[in-house]
Amino acid sequence: MLNKKLEPNKKIFSDDIEQVPTRNGFGEGLVLAARKNKNVVGLCADLTESTRMDAFAKEFPERFFQVGVAEQNMATVAAGLGISGKVPFIASYATFSPGRNWEQIRTTISYNNSNVKIAGHHAGISVGPDGATHQAIEDIATMRVMANMRVIVPADAIEARKATMAAASIVGPVYLRLGREKTPVFTTEKTPFVPGRAEILWQSKKKPTVAIIGCGPLLYNALLAARDLEQEEGIGSIVINSHTIKPLDEKTILAAAKKCGAVVTVEEHSVLGGLGGAVAELLAKKLPTPMEFIGMQDTFGESGSPSELLAKYKMDAPAIIAAVKHVLRRI
Amino acid sequence: MRSLHKSKIRELERKANEIRQDIIETLVEAGSGHTAGPLGMTDIFTAFYFHILAHDPKKPEWDGRDRLILSNGHICPVQYVTMAHAGYFPRKELLTLRKLGSRLQGHPHRSVLPGIETTSGPLGSGLSQAAGMALAARMDNQKHRIYCLTSDGEHQEGNYWEAVMFAGKERLHNLTAVVDRNNIQIDGFTEDILPLEPLRAKYEAFNWHVLEVDGHNIGAFIAAVNEAHAIYEKPTVIIAHTIPGKGVDFMENDYTWHGKPPKAEEAEVALRELREALGKLGN
Repeated sequence: MLNKKLEPNKKIFSDDIEQVPTRNGFGEGLVLAARKNKNVVGLCADLTESTRMDAFAKEFPERFFQVGVAEQNMATVAAGLGISGKVPFIASYATFSPGRNWEQIRTTISYNNSNVKIAGHHAGISVGPDGATHQAIEDIATMRVMANMRVIVPADAIEARKATMAAASIVGPVYLRLGREKTPVFTTEKTPFVPGRAEILWQSKKKPTVAIIGCGPLLYNALLAARDLEQEEGIGSIVINSHTIKPLDEKTILAAAKKCGAVVTVEEHSVLGGLGGAVAELLAKKLPTPMEFIGMQDTFGESGSPSELLAKYKMDAPAIIAAVKHVLRRI
Repeated sequence: MRSLHKSKIRELERKANEIRQDIIETLVEAGSGHTAGPLGMTDIFTAFYFHILAHDPKKPEWDGRDRLILSNGHICPVQYVTMAHAGYFPRKELLTLRKLGSRLQGHPHRSVLPGIETTSGPLGSGLSQAAGMALAARMDNQKHRIYCLTSDGEHQEGNYWEAVMFAGKERLHNLTAVVDRNNIQIDGFTEDILPLEPLRAKYEAFNWHVLEVDGHNIGAFIAAVNEAHAIYEKPTVIIAHTIPGKGVDFMENDYTWHGKPPKAEEAEVALRELREALGKLGN
């Protein structure tokens, strides 16, 4: 059942649950962070409206820098600002930033430990019709391998707002991963959010035999799967929101793996190197546990509607149920 | 900045000669590193650390200091040696260059050595960081200046021209770039590898004020920096024509000296030549 302590949305399993893109939460969080801290500045590479930096740019024009279609320059100008006492947020699509400017981020932000926050938008395949060129499925991997970098993937718009504000308070580089599409808002204002601390969203009354560990909006599909597994298949599970992939909440994940004995990771990202990779590294070292990985199976996406793509590439609730059954057969 | 008397220029020239000698000795001890670029930029580094910069080697974090950003980090031996001579750290620490545990990394790293404004090495990204620092200074109404030293070879990087375009757009008059126009890069001459000319016209097209000087004429270089201070509507670039390997006859203008250190016997020849030149400079 749902963990009521987290005070989730009461309409969580109803058809009319509110749907808002996580990028909207980023836009709101940036304005709130900027009102609190005059050193917060924003840089955008010609995508101000679609990254939702427009509200910030309107309220703080003197703290907003339009850099044009030049993501490498955006990252490095931000590095200079971050060294000089500012708290720069840079925004573009994740395929371009942190895609195109990876080395600039590595050297001038991460290694330099410059206080820059990288907002990677339109991440995952649910960008849909734009096709694979615009579907970032490597960004969690390429960011989390950098020393000094923190990686946060908010699950819904409210969590994205909290994560953005939290990022502004963290001293050091942070990568925030955001989605374009409207997705269910299943947390509430009262749901706790602490960077680095995973939350247990669901724990079956029946003894759980699988831990479903996810990040981002796909966690909603994980919750649907957990509910159906319990009600229709009699399979108990735990669902964990591991919104912070680095530093990973090892304690919570190890405890769940120990309790259940099997793990399924869920992310709208390549199964190589993302959340699944991080969890696998942890379990291989501390508690070898059978695992299945929901995500892009070492392939590029394509054009299509978000729901069509999530079904085709096996990231919807039925695919999560199938992965759970598969991992349980291996025990 | 003070205007220059002839005797002051002579003093800076003597200092530059001593720094060149230490560069040779430091590189021999390190056993790897770049030689031509550091020797070519020694006069300019000397002018910065011993005349131009508002700085305090005992308080490298002083907020009001001018920022000197080295974009082409591989010539860091000249920066390390000049900083040691200016009093940032003891000269004997120069012998740790490129060794395990040293603050003098093979390419400069901000987090370990106070006085290094940013980490660099991968080319083409120093100017945009300098632009970020210039923006921050402008926002905070701070009066210090930002200087970015760049190589000509790194003008082949796309990121570099993004920064040129951006600094022109933002009219960052507190930013001065200095191009080490020595015409060489690792694989050969810049105009054979990927031509940069007409370099002056390119900067002018991006709305920069452009000056060209002999990079070994310390007085002329300082005069150019003074002129840059007087330009209020745009950033300034000083294209400094330099001789790679300057001061050591068998290294000058030979691109094979870009990325290797001298052997002990080669260093002896180089040091003898430099000492003789110092003697001729007089007091």
